[in-house]
Amino acid sequence: MTELAEPVVGVVGAGLATDAPPRPHIQVVPLRGLPIVAIVVVFVTVAIAGNWLWPLAFCHVVGGGLWTSIDLFVGLVVGPIIGRMSIPARAEFTARFMPKMVLIMPTVVLMTLAAGLQLALVVGNLEPDNPNHAWLVVSFCVVGVMAVIALGVLEPANIAVLFEMNKPEPDGEVIAKLMQRFIYTAGLTGLMQVATLVIMTRVATQ
Amino acid sequence: MTATTIGPSVLERRFPPVAVLATVALGLVVIGGILMASYAPRRPPLTLPIIVLTAAVALLVVDVVLLFRLRDFAWDRFWLVFRWALLAYAISAGMIEFAFVRDHTRGAPLVVVTAMLIVFAVSVPLIIAFTVARYASQPSSASLASER
Repeated sequence: MTELAEPVVGVVGAGLATDAPPRPHIQVVPLRGLPIVAIVVVFVTVAIAGNWLWPLAFCHVVGGGLWTSIDLFVGLVVGPIIGRMSIPARAEFTARFMPKMVLIMPTVVLMTLAAGLQLALVVGNLEPDNPNHAWLVVSFCVVGVMAVIALGVLEPANIAVLFEMNKPEPDGEVIAKLMQRFIYTAGLTGLMQVATLVIMTRVATQ
Repeated sequence: MTATTIGPSVLERRFPPVAVLATVALGLVVIGGILMASYAPRRPPLTLPIIVLTAAVALLVVDVVLLFRLRDFAWDRFWLVFRWALLAYAISAGMIEFAFVRDHTRGAPLVVVTAMLIVFAVSVPLIIAFTVARYASQPSSASLASER
């Protein structure tokens, strides 16, 4: 997954290739970002091992804030803008944007969920007689739906698009078909994220 | 790559529902995980989680059988993606397992959680690798004809 493409000339889509500037090499997983991911994973692990309230709250709030913001911003703001770009511009943006998302989103999700479950246990929100218990179970369901969409639908499409773009002659139809998944799921993901905001603000104020 | 880059479009080829079945298996272990996590820190009843886990494992086994029956498939691309994704999701699963162990999950519930995490750590790389490899698999005319 970390392989580099051969230098190629052209843009995504058959018949558009010959006079365009050289396409950048796409590194599917940006190796320079891996140390940052490792630091985050170690930090979350230490926070869970120590059961420390502030690091757990930090990881959950920062991770959750980023997850929700990125999801909503990309789905509602960046996505429609990309949809109106020319095909070469869309291809160039995707080539630079998607590899970063391959690292950022799983890391942010892991940070949020792992720290969140531990935080709920530490502060007692999961105890059956706690008024937040039901809200947290609902949030598990919301997160479960988002996890299945993200892991089973969006991430495979994201990585497949990057591999397709690394081909000497990327197939525009294949990329368009894969990118449709983002359009179809954007509304549902947005709805789930708004539900998460409602639940979490309820939990924090009860 | 085992596939060539000329011939009929990859979009014309029909594949067995490998990604769909793996996604359903993933969904089932997510449901099982929610059932178990909602009882934390108490000991959860295991009947329902074991039922969904069994269904998820069965789906995954069927999935692997369907996958290995494929011909004209970009296996080298599949394995390249699968092994790196497996590493990433094994780390994720290991971290979740660590959290459960840290919270004193023991005995049968820990076994069920571990089995669910194994399904999770295998199904996600399977979906990713299959999705990548299916679009890297240029079918021969013969395979197209035989699959129709």
